[in-house]
Amino acid sequence: MRFAVIVFPGSNCDIDAVKAIEDVLGEPVEMVWHTAADLSAYDCIILPGGFSYGDYLRSGAIARFSPVMEEVRKAAAEGKLVIGICNGFQILTESHLLPGALRENNHTQFNCEIVPLVVENANTPFTSGYQKGQVIHIPIAHGEGNYYVDEETLAKMKANNQIVFRYHGKNPNGSIENIAGICNEQGNVLGMMPHPERAVHDLLGSSDGGALFTSILTNWREKHGA
Amino acid sequence: MILAKIHVTLKASVLDPEGTTVTKSLHALGYDEVEDVRIGKYMEVKINTTDRKTAEERVTEMCERLLANTVIEKYSFELTEV
Repeated sequence: MRFAVIVFPGSNCDIDAVKAIEDVLGEPVEMVWHTAADLSAYDCIILPGGFSYGDYLRSGAIARFSPVMEEVRKAAAEGKLVIGICNGFQILTESHLLPGALRENNHTQFNCEIVPLVVENANTPFTSGYQKGQVIHIPIAHGEGNYYVDEETLAKMKANNQIVFRYHGKNPNGSIENIAGICNEQGNVLGMMPHPERAVHDLLGSSDGGALFTSILTNWREKHGA
Repeated sequence: MILAKIHVTLKASVLDPEGTTVTKSLHALGYDEVEDVRIGKYMEVKINTTDRKTAEERVTEMCERLLANTVIEKYSFELTEV
């Protein structure tokens, strides 16, 4: 299985994502510059955390128009797996590949800590290695992670099981209904504010993010008989 | 040349933490009459055209595509000849 980690000007969690895939899965992974015009060689595309284009205007607003995003859109439509982590999540909502928007944290502070999450949907290709209702510990590091979506869209998302992770206990940013991560209707595009790539070894404080990556590979192998 | 003066603000239904913090700071300074503060963005975009109708269409498109996120923000603008 081949992974691409897209690098925008200002991405700073790209190497973490590469290391997580190398260490957890040992599968081929490449960093791909945001001007790339062809992603057909990859099976899973990761939009990493960071501050693409300095977060100017709004987080993710300018990255959305990077040339590579047309390819990401194409890959998503083909059913390939796409993950946006933190700034990557912001880029996916700005691109309308995922519903809603990420606003400034309700307490206005940048929040950086390991937080408990509940796995709400363990039937996605990203979460099948977890149990529904399982509490996992994953770090967050963001100033604009306050997920918002209008009532009507939220109702549709719930009916379609698109809420993948919720914050457990304390909500660190004020997001609607404690939402920490969502997927699209088809279930092949995931966006989440917490950083699973920073939780793949006990030395990092948690290894709970590892199952997200192993889920991806297991599902891909099942689907492709590999 | 036409100058578009564009205001982008959060929709009324969307919480504005920055505005709330500034409201509290104004209260701390004794401006108790302050009811609420909403913070937005002001942009000046110079457009190389003299046709107001074209400018209006183009600026609307710019706002919808990039300058505002219409999920959470609204925008307004005025055009002046410069």
